[in-house]
Amino acid sequence: MSGKPRLTYLNGRGRMESIRWLLAAAGVEFEEVYLETKEQYDKLIKDGFLLFQQLPVVEIDGMKMVQTRAILSYIAGKYNLYGKDLKERALIDMYVEGISDLMQMILMFPFSPPDAKEKNLESIKERATNRYFPVFEKVLKQHGQDFLVGNKFSWADVQLMEAILAVEEKVPAVLSGFPQLQVFKTKMSNMPTIKKFLQPGSPRKPPPDAHYVETVLKIFKN
Amino acid sequence: MAGKPKLHYTKGRGKMESIRWLLAAAGVEFEEEFIETKEDLEKLRNDGVLLFQQVPMVEIDGMRMVQTRAILSYIAAKYNLYGKDLKERAWIDMYVEGTTDLMGMIMYLPFQPADTKENNLALIIERATTRYLPVYEKALKDHGQDYLVGNKLSWADVHLLEAILMVEECKPDALSAFPLLQAFKGRISNIPTIKKFLQPGSQRKPPTDEKFVAVVRKIFNI
Repeated sequence: MSGKPRLTYLNGRGRMESIRWLLAAAGVEFEEVYLETKEQYDKLIKDGFLLFQQLPVVEIDGMKMVQTRAILSYIAGKYNLYGKDLKERALIDMYVEGISDLMQMILMFPFSPPDAKEKNLESIKERATNRYFPVFEKVLKQHGQDFLVGNKFSWADVQLMEAILAVEEKVPAVLSGFPQLQVFKTKMSNMPTIKKFLQPGSPRKPPPDAHYVETVLKIFKN
Repeated sequence: MAGKPKLHYTKGRGKMESIRWLLAAAGVEFEEEFIETKEDLEKLRNDGVLLFQQVPMVEIDGMRMVQTRAILSYIAAKYNLYGKDLKERAWIDMYVEGTTDLMGMIMYLPFQPADTKENNLALIIERATTRYLPVYEKALKDHGQDYLVGNKLSWADVHLLEAILMVEECKPDALSAFPLLQAFKGRISNIPTIKKFLQPGSQRKPPTDEKFVAVVRKIFNI
């Protein structure tokens, strides 16, 4: 056991990607194990490796952590990305939960039936533009600081950065009405750990393609 | 503004019920303002008090908190129901995420199309008895203590009791194969604050019936 966190998931974004982002942003090196077949997944379940028989699972500090939010909260707490007190943590949690709702729409998108794809894409664009991005634009404008909470880099900034890039992949001009978010995006991109994660060869995974969708359906088929 | 927390939601369980449970378990008195019509929801939105245009919203400690998990985490930490350190918090988070998934299935059941209800109910029972309840039974068995984490009452215990009662509403003998959970249920139900919450006249809300489903559909346009 090298001591590095070990991530077990498919070789794709899914629910593990936010965890990759946060570890990377915190400057934490990690290992990955990729599941490619249903047999590998069934074996994990049979071996009692997965608390609720689900992925993601992250081996970290002697625990086999499951449940994405629990894992992210632990990493944020451990690496000082969770604010300085309870109230800052509350803000970070609120922001992260809101962004998660938006990311959930993007997560599910590749699995929409073909005749629903256009409508779902429109929903993502509408929610990003009318519900989520305006909140963060306003937060940044009001305090004029570089980071969302407490004038310090936190989990909320990492999650927002991930969401901005994910939405831009689907709606390229989505930041056109959000000057503060454009500046935020540039600043985040230039933070050394994030810059490194955004370079080719990093653990960052590409957008889901047909092969990924096929693998998911195959492995998680009940 | 000292004052009691004020909860904004419909007069039913939904996503606010876990918050009512946790505040009650912590012995915290709270007020409720019920959304009864579409216009009530619109007013909250137009007044700009809902960060992401959604409820639950809880006014607490000078904040207008939204996002169920953020609110619950804040309450848990504030009232010392979140473990003594990062690792205990990690276990509480994992357990709570599991019970959240289970209760989420039950929460949506009344909103499913009539012809899918039977299958969905069967899936809930299956998940409860093969995926979720065994985990908590084992946790209690492995350490032999009264509470799930750290030998002390935490958010995880409150959430599990709430989940157990909801599952039993679906299947009264759901705990028949889980002796430790039966004992757990008895023990936690007898904690004075929780016992009070379980009595008639408390702020606990009844299960959602068809009539209330219609009200919710109208308010949220779903």
